[in-house]
Amino acid sequence: MKKTSISFILNGDNVTAEVPATWTLLKTLREIFELTGAKEGCGVGECGACTVIVDGDAVNACIYPVLEIEGRQVATIEGLADKDGNLDALQTAFLENNGVQCGFCTSGMIMSAKSLLNEKSRPSEDEIRTAIAGNICRCTGYVQIVESIDMAANKNEKMRT
Amino acid sequence: MINYEYFKPESLDEVFELMQQYGSRAALVAGGTDVMVFIKQSNHSPEVLISLLATHRMLEQSKMVKNDLTALHQGASQVGSVQVRNVGTLGGNICNAAPSADTAGPLLILDAVMVLQSPEGQRRVPIEQFFIGPSETVKKDDEVLVEIEIPAEMSRFKTAYCKHARRQAMNLPIIGVSVGVLLEGDVIADSRIALTVVAPTPIRVPQVEAFLKGKPFEEAVLNEAGEIASSPECCMPRDSVRCEGWYREEMVRVLIPRVARAALGP
Ligand SMILES: Cc1cc2nc3c(=O)[nH]c(=O)nc-3n(C[C@H](O)[C@H](O)[C@H](O)COP(=O)(O)OP(=O)(O)OC[C@H]3O[C@@H](n4cnc5c(N)ncnc54)[C@H](O)[C@@H]3O)c2cc1C
Ligand code: FES
Ligand code: FES
Repeated sequence: MKKTSISFILNGDNVTAEVPATWTLLKTLREIFELTGAKEGCGVGECGACTVIVDGDAVNACIYPVLEIEGRQVATIEGLADKDGNLDALQTAFLENNGVQCGFCTSGMIMSAKSLLNEKSRPSEDEIRTAIAGNICRCTGYVQIVESIDMAANKNEKMRT
Repeated sequence: MINYEYFKPESLDEVFELMQQYGSRAALVAGGTDVMVFIKQSNHSPEVLISLLATHRMLEQSKMVKNDLTALHQGASQVGSVQVRNVGTLGGNICNAAPSADTAGPLLILDAVMVLQSPEGQRRVPIEQFFIGPSETVKKDDEVLVEIEIPAEMSRFKTAYCKHARRQAMNLPIIGVSVGVLLEGDVIADSRIALTVVAPTPIRVPQVEAFLKGKPFEEAVLNEAGEIASSPECCMPRDSVRCEGWYREEMVRVLIPRVARAALGP
């Protein structure tokens, strides 16, 4: 199949790849860059397991046409910890607060939360629930997830002041 | 089979050239939140995808839209999830022409005009005449929706949209009710009513608008408006997987007064 060359910024690094036009961003991340944190659950935009951040916005990578990524900034769960391996406040909060059970939804959940916290450092519970409404979790019942996000927001706030 | 070339034209002229070159073998894509799902589910694609832009999330985050075009704000803010709204567009929602499209009712009560452009020129189509059936519109294959105009005076109307669904998010409406009211004192000087998922296309309900004209904005009047709107002359909802027709009818009756009150605000 004919391939097109694309360049974009992936977790802070300039990258290029040769991809068929019919690929999605998710397939490109998983199969070319071997970043398998973003998962394919439904493949049609319903479950949010594939959520990554493009130019600051959470998107469903499974229905994102890959050629649209040219020149944009993509952030995935793999890029959240700093270079020394220190976890992001969200990752720590999910671990400490049992925001993770089987883990399948977790990277998507955290990327949705990350995009929310970038926009709004102290979201209300309502805003948290809206931000993750497109992320399905079959294990936790969501309560610990919402608490984890709230905890991370509190911690960020403390570090700032 | 899924096999397509993907073009990202930089100008409208380039869009038209591509459309002329590929004709019915090409499809337009904006956010792709309908197109990409359709391609994946049917395992079949057009030969060419031509990409366009502008999102629900922009409407959701606009103070002007929230204050002056409240119903549209409420519709756009309730499309799918944040992820879907970050990419999905108003134009795509309208051109996809689902009977359940969340922005269709709000645009109907705002007298929106679709500006369609082809290599031959532009034409303007009132949204009332735009939809002809599920997934069908008057837009011709060589036309692109380039603008949606809302007359400035419509911001004088107080508007609201209610998406009645089984869950609060990630769900298409069982029924969508949009109401716009222009009050002079306590009297309804003018109104707009639109219903979604009660007919093959989203519809305006002129019978109810005529009934309301000149009446006081009060409980009994609003309740009667609900009765008229849910009568067979105005809507004939069908049974579907999401719910049965009789329930839709009942909900139209209940929601018309409720949404009218919501339009006037707390
Ligand atoms: C998980 C999920 C949940 C959803 N939930 C909802 C919901 O709650 N409510 C709702 O109403 N919709 C919902 N949708 C449907 C979809 O997101 C919306 O209809 C969206 O607005 C489509 O916009 P788009 O830009 O992604 O369209 P695309 O998929 O890019 O295009 C849709 C159609 O419009 C045509 N088109 C697009 N732009 C133009 C243009 N400028 N000129 C001419 N033709 C054009 C395309 O050729 C195509 O036929 C959902 C979708 C998903 C995947
Ligand atoms: S895999 Fe993308 S939303 Fe489910
Ligand atoms: S932890 Fe299992 S799906 Fe969320």
